[in-house]
Amino acid sequence: MSRLRSFAAAAKPFALGMGAVVIVWQAIVWSKVKPTSQIPSPAMVADALGGLWSDGVLLSSVWNSLHRGVLGFLMSILIATPLGLAVAMVRGVRSFVRPVLSALQQLPSVSWVPISIVLFGTTSTTVYAIILLGAVPSIANSLVSGVDLIPPTQWRAASMLGLGGLRSVRRVVLPAAMPGYLTGLEQGWAFAWRSLMAAELIASTGDLGSGLGNILTVGRNSQDMSLMLAGVALVLACGLLVEKAGFSPLRRRVLSSRGLAVV
Amino acid sequence: MSTVSVSNLSKIFNEGKANQVGALVDVSLSIEKGEFVSLIGPSGCGKSTLLRLIANLLEPTSGDIVVAGKSAKQSRLDQDYGMAFQQAGLFDWRTVTKNIELPLELKGWDKTKREARSREMLDLVKLPEFADHFPWQLSGGMQQRVAIARALAAHPPLLLMDEPFGALDEMTREHMQAELLSICAATGTTVVFVTHSIPEAVYLSNRVVVMSPRPGRITKIVDVNLDGHCNETTRERPEFFAAITAVREALRASGSHGHTGVGVEDR
Repeated sequence: MSRLRSFAAAAKPFALGMGAVVIVWQAIVWSKVKPTSQIPSPAMVADALGGLWSDGVLLSSVWNSLHRGVLGFLMSILIATPLGLAVAMVRGVRSFVRPVLSALQQLPSVSWVPISIVLFGTTSTTVYAIILLGAVPSIANSLVSGVDLIPPTQWRAASMLGLGGLRSVRRVVLPAAMPGYLTGLEQGWAFAWRSLMAAELIASTGDLGSGLGNILTVGRNSQDMSLMLAGVALVLACGLLVEKAGFSPLRRRVLSSRGLAVV
Repeated sequence: MSTVSVSNLSKIFNEGKANQVGALVDVSLSIEKGEFVSLIGPSGCGKSTLLRLIANLLEPTSGDIVVAGKSAKQSRLDQDYGMAFQQAGLFDWRTVTKNIELPLELKGWDKTKREARSREMLDLVKLPEFADHFPWQLSGGMQQRVAIARALAAHPPLLLMDEPFGALDEMTREHMQAELLSICAATGTTVVFVTHSIPEAVYLSNRVVVMSPRPGRITKIVDVNLDGHCNETTRERPEFFAAITAVREALRASGSHGHTGVGVEDR
């Protein structure tokens, strides 16, 4: 019960905020600044969502995008974690890989989409390549910063226990760098999700199963503003779902066991 | 065979630069099995540096270190010693129990054995009710006791301690000193102990190594002969005061700058 109550307490400000957005939105529609074909009312968008639901498109699109995003994100973790550790702990690797990672991190991964399409076609390989290029540098870089911030007393305690190299990674380095690493994972997910949406928007044909990006493309092609806004709402909801159900509890657990403030 | 053997050891920090410091110059010392040796001297005399060289947390500039018949590095990797510092250096994400169990985990002890030993250690440092707390939930002195428990947990043949009781209150400090001596007596542990308290050094040690700074070197080794170390009345006996006087005079004689034993406490 207390968990339910704390969820309700956390959900209340969110519901109030969203409610305010809907009210302002409805007010704009009533003021008739633009016709409803350009700014549809909340009810019209809800209708469009209902239509997607009854067609079965809603669930399949959410599933297609979400499982692609999550799978791509997990692949990014598997690549970025050893990479970040190697950069952080091996001086020779650090000197030449770190600049490349930093450069890649500031490059929007969407800019790889055309190249990827030429190389791999409009296949899932393209989608995953874009996700990896977006998420890997960000996760790896955060892990490097996390390792750099481990206090000297912890390194000393590890080495006096005879821990060095790979053995120290599991018991000391990763747990000690966990707060920074976790921030990197959240950021990495944000990058993965953005990259996926961009890839789905640009590479919306071919043998790719249709995802949320396709709802937006179909909406654009048919000039259906309600459908596009319904698509945006779904993209937003999926992002929130992963944040609230995945990262928030994880972050709370990691930070509170370390005596760090929980926000 | 001596447990720790140090010969012609030198450690120069920032060698060849403007801020070069001769932390230790040509130090030789041999510590026998079961011996309790304290290193004492004013700040900057290299006592902590010497301890860290033995622990292989630092590499010497020149000279040899043999620990338990092996190179210092090998004996660090083999966990031949337990170590405690001024700062507790506990792992924040592990509970008190899990911190104490870590060296045992690394040695491959099974769960039941680990739990039994960590309970034993928590009783020893008088923190049994804090087993499942995290380090940041404890006071500085309590964290220090956990660190000592971790250093002792595997009953290592060699203990390296760098002012481990500095942060403790006087009563706990005396209790820990007595406990440390009884553990050593029971297990035959060899101890190298850095302190800046003369009475602490005398109470604990078979030999007190007096060091002086600029450059760091050993100036005198005082033999302490207090039979029946673990005795409550030790601190009140004339031999105890005689040994304190001997160490104080050695510190005064080695004082490289006007004052007597700068940085050395007299409590």
